[in-house]
Amino acid sequence: MSTATQAANQTLIHIEQLNLYYGTYHALKNVNLTIPEKAVTAFIGPSGCGKSTLLRTLNRMNDMIDGTRIEGLVSMGGTDIYSSDVDVETLRKKVGMVFQQPNPFPKSIYDNIAYGPRLHGIKSKSQLDEIVEQSLKQAVLWDEVKDYLKRSAFSLSGGQQQRLCIARALAVNPDVLLMDEATSALDPISTLKIEELVQELKNKYTIVMVTHNMQQAARTSDQTVFFLNGEMVEFDQTETLFSNPSDKRTEDYITGRFG
Amino acid sequence: MSMFEDANRKQISNRRKKDLYLHLLFIAATSIGIIALMALLINIVLDGIGRLNLDLFTNYPSRVAERAGMKSAIVGSIYMVLIMAPISFVLGVGAAIYLEEYAKKNAITRFIQLNISTLAGVPSIVYGILGLTIFVRGLSLDRSLLSGALTMTLLVLPVIIVSAQEAIRAVPRARRDASFALGATKWQTVYGSVLPSSISGILTGVILALSRAIGETAPLVMIGALTFVAFLPSSIMDQFTVMPIQIFNWISRPQVSFHDLAASGIIVMMVMLVLMNISAVILRNKYSKQI
Ligand SMILES: Nc1ncnc2c1ncn2[C@@H]1O[C@H](COP(=O)(O)OP(=O)(O)OP(=O)(O)O)[C@@H](O)[C@H]1O
Ligand SMILES: [Mg+2]
Repeated sequence: MSTATQAANQTLIHIEQLNLYYGTYHALKNVNLTIPEKAVTAFIGPSGCGKSTLLRTLNRMNDMIDGTRIEGLVSMGGTDIYSSDVDVETLRKKVGMVFQQPNPFPKSIYDNIAYGPRLHGIKSKSQLDEIVEQSLKQAVLWDEVKDYLKRSAFSLSGGQQQRLCIARALAVNPDVLLMDEATSALDPISTLKIEELVQELKNKYTIVMVTHNMQQAARTSDQTVFFLNGEMVEFDQTETLFSNPSDKRTEDYITGRFG
Repeated sequence: MSMFEDANRKQISNRRKKDLYLHLLFIAATSIGIIALMALLINIVLDGIGRLNLDLFTNYPSRVAERAGMKSAIVGSIYMVLIMAPISFVLGVGAAIYLEEYAKKNAITRFIQLNISTLAGVPSIVYGILGLTIFVRGLSLDRSLLSGALTMTLLVLPVIIVSAQEAIRAVPRARRDASFALGATKWQTVYGSVLPSSISGILTGVILALSRAIGETAPLVMIGALTFVAFLPSSIMDQFTVMPIQIFNWISRPQVSFHDLAASGIIVMMVMLVLMNISAVILRNKYSKQI
């Protein structure tokens, strides 16, 4: 959480003049934002303000929604991810995503983790074994499931399933991890486990998370971005934003005066 | 005494009466169906049980009822299902995948969809006419096992497509998103996530459609399946018969002994259908446990 180290982190994602329309609905309005690497960036704001939409522009999941139109620049490591040089499959391999509800496949724990690596052509059993073990260890799930890898993923608890989904995302070796309210369906203990996990993971990955939980944003993120009605209102170091917001609307939101 | 005092006893007793009457009505409705079915079953079993022996399975049809069997019909039915199953599975599930996953949701797709749903309700004899025109005459496949199987494939395709579509549509969006978010292509997502999530529903639909085909007579009569076959088809181009046609033939004879034979044939066919339906249920349970 120390701001001194964060300042040293380089920018990984650049968003410039981003506008997004669902048909005629203007969901993101002229968003400008930089996201540093190997840090946790939190998106906060009232429901419907466009947090998930912005998150989905980062792995182009919006492409699949009919009628979506996007203007502006989203670049990652200096490359425009919407340019024709970028294959969406490669982008999504580099930018993993964890969803609000745990969504394992109807397969064994092992096959859930191996799903991504297999997509990208890894066939060797020993290599897959290795990846499965590593990913589950990173997601702090290995000790709980190592004897049951052949069991259905649905035999796990909700919190375990969500960590399985994190492990599954890590198994393709991404650089960025997007988490859209990944703990909102979980109990407090599982939530805490995932927050701790995020702290571990940020040493290796750039993490962008959406949360409705102010304490969670304050506890786990390095920078926080506040959105309102599709606009980015304020972007700052988390400590600053929560202790000394510069915009009146941010202050009203974090002190619970609306939202 | 205080809390429950204000109850409107009369109104409640009226509600309960209504509940009771409807309960009885529903029982009556259910019983009528079951009684009719039982009567039918008992009648057939009483008629057919006497001829239900090994000869029925090992003998070819004969002009003498005592010696007649349905070996060629049973084998014909099995062969037909074996040919139909893979063709109708691939075509039906393929079309369902296309319509649900690939096709743009536009007017043309909706038109195709409407057509398929309508086709599922077209009388089976119409498929017989179609089969006669296309396969028997058009492609000169004659009155072969292949012609029959292809005609029956046409008959069951709409049913398979519609049921597979329903199974595919029931797969939650989150399952697809999970796959796409890992960098999967469309086909990888269909194969790795959508089909495993919907396969039990798809297979159930396929099996029920095939069991419908086993009992169908009209289209095969139309394309000219024989009623008296004293040999087993040795290739898909051979002539053939199937169980319902054999039964139909026996029933249309004047002698009572042939009618009893038909009843035993019906028992065999029904056992086969029940077995297929049970396997559909087992399949569904087996997979739905994993999902
Ligand atoms: N597929 C879609 N088609 C049309 N409009 C959409 C679509 N998805 C989202 N929207 C609209 O875009 C706006 C932003 O939605 P988004 O899901 O990004 O909000 P959010 O900030 O994530 O809200 P929440 O906190 O409730 O998840 C909302 O007004 C929503 O109604
Ligand atoms: Mg959202």
